[in-house]
Amino acid sequence: MIHLEKLNKTYPGVQPLHVLKDIDLRIDQGEYVSIMGASGSGKSTLLNVLGILDDYDTGRYMLDGKLIAGLSEKKAAVYRNKMIGFVFQSFNLISFKNAMENVALPLFYKGVARKKRNQLALDYLEKVGLKDWWHHYPNELSGGQKQRISIARALISQPRIILADEPTGALDSHTTDEVIQLLSQVNNEGITMIVVTHERSVAEQTRRIIHLKDGFIESDTLYVPNLTACSK
Amino acid sequence: MKFFEFDTINEIFSTMRQSKLRTFLTGFSVAWGIFMLIVLLGSGKGLQNGVSSNFRNNAVNMVNVWPRRTNLPYKGFKAYRRLRFRDQDMEMLKNHFPQIDKASGIISLYGKTVSYGKEYGNYSIEGVMPDYKDIRILSIEAGNGRFINTMDMMEERKVAVINQKIAENLFRGEKPLGKYIQIGGIAFMVVGVETKTSNDENGYCYIPHSTAQTIYNKKGYTDEFYFTVTGMDNPEANEAFTLALRKTLARSLIVHPDDTAAIGVWNMAENYVQTMRIFSTIQLFVLIIGLCTLVAGIVGVGNIMVITVKERTREFGIKKAIGASPATILNSVLVESIMITGVFGYLGMMLGIGLLEVLSLIMDNATSGGGEGPKVFLNPSVDLNIVLIATGILIVSGLLAGYFPAKRAVNIKPVEAMRAD
Repeated sequence: MIHLEKLNKTYPGVQPLHVLKDIDLRIDQGEYVSIMGASGSGKSTLLNVLGILDDYDTGRYMLDGKLIAGLSEKKAAVYRNKMIGFVFQSFNLISFKNAMENVALPLFYKGVARKKRNQLALDYLEKVGLKDWWHHYPNELSGGQKQRISIARALISQPRIILADEPTGALDSHTTDEVIQLLSQVNNEGITMIVVTHERSVAEQTRRIIHLKDGFIESDTLYVPNLTACSK
Repeated sequence: MKFFEFDTINEIFSTMRQSKLRTFLTGFSVAWGIFMLIVLLGSGKGLQNGVSSNFRNNAVNMVNVWPRRTNLPYKGFKAYRRLRFRDQDMEMLKNHFPQIDKASGIISLYGKTVSYGKEYGNYSIEGVMPDYKDIRILSIEAGNGRFINTMDMMEERKVAVINQKIAENLFRGEKPLGKYIQIGGIAFMVVGVETKTSNDENGYCYIPHSTAQTIYNKKGYTDEFYFTVTGMDNPEANEAFTLALRKTLARSLIVHPDDTAAIGVWNMAENYVQTMRIFSTIQLFVLIIGLCTLVAGIVGVGNIMVITVKERTREFGIKKAIGASPATILNSVLVESIMITGVFGYLGMMLGIGLLEVLSLIMDNATSGGGEGPKVFLNPSVDLNIVLIATGILIVSGLLAGYFPAKRAVNIKPVEAMRAD
């Protein structure tokens, strides 16, 4: 599904920052992966590159067999819309749209008719348990609710991969569990799930943990929940 | 994605709703620019119309020439000789000056008794030629007969054209056409009633010039000349024409070339052209002020668009992350700015035109109450083309003002855009 080969990324500046160094990584369809690392280890950057939100300098990034390199914004938008769903730490809901409209938005860019996309949005809201809240605006919802809505939004375009950047970073422990539960459930439906987190408890819910340190992959561990970890 | 799709419009309305103040401010600066432009241009035009309407009693290119006394002795003639114009003087002028278009001699008699049946009154009698009608812009409406014509002149007919005033006073509702009136004891048949909407309180009775010459013992002479001129649209040409006219007439009448007071000349065109010049200057001035207001509007729109786009960078980033193409976002910003400037531009246009209409109405009522005094403000109007062009400029500048910052914002990587807060 995802295949990185010797991927490098440097942020230009007065002191150029080499954040990803020769990353080699393979993630297959349906995997549930977490990426861990201290802040500055390059985990968010990696996620952005995977999500085609950011480009890279050298190496190769194959997504579903297609080389992702030097894409035009338009092309990138099409890939994102088709392949990838995003869940952000800060939710990134649009404040002047209600829950249903927020969830339905990706379909707007796909050109789905309003009635249909609102119906689908309600279906997905039901899935995350917030159907009754469809008419609420983001500022009327709790953090956990907002994150569930953003998960619904990520799911509605039926992506192959969901990239979650610190999805529980802004949540308390109770809602964290809820959100993680939801993500597992989504993964069980066959969607590849990649979660960036610095919380061990969150990472332990996934089946593979990748540790990043200073732009290198420090370790890559297959993990069977509640059982022993075995090195890959 | 089509440019104007229902869904896109819906999207835009929802963003407009969430920032009512911004939408209003943008709209207001557009509406205000257009409004001021219209009011300024319209007022300028109204002033011009008002003043030029005061010229309307005569053709604006009318020249009036009349003989006076000489002041200098010349070629054996003593000073203070009373000059008289002869028929051949007019023929000579017509041949000499191609600028002369319509021409008429006039023999004026004041205070002649005119009577019909038992009714009578003292009115001015004017012996004129057919062209006189066009020189003084006299009008005879359909069914009111005709003016003096060439046959009347040739046969020295005893026919008369009376004005509305005489018709009212002598005929008292009777139809004057074909009736005979007595002018100084001689019967004239009324062939026309003139209904010029002039402010003349006086009765005028026009008879053929040739008839007047015979009856009033002025065979071969005329009191004054009236004519219209063409092809001179600047004061300099008119001045030169007046000078040449004096010289030619002086030679013909054997008057000292320096004796300018001997011949009276009133060149209306000279006045008219001058006044119109002042007004075109005022118009230009007003246009410049209007354009400056417009520029202020454009800057306002530009400013607001720049800020808007900056504010929405994060929103654009989110939208891109969930699959919006940059073109879609750009499109929605542009359509939004077109809609705001278009709608409010139209509103400003309507308000401006409305205000001018109200102004015009008030002015009309004010003058009709006070009689037919000189007008200073009449029929304010604006060239619709100018307004449309101005609205167009505003819309285009709104577009550009939205386009460039939006283009930049849209091209920011979604990650960075979402970080912007």
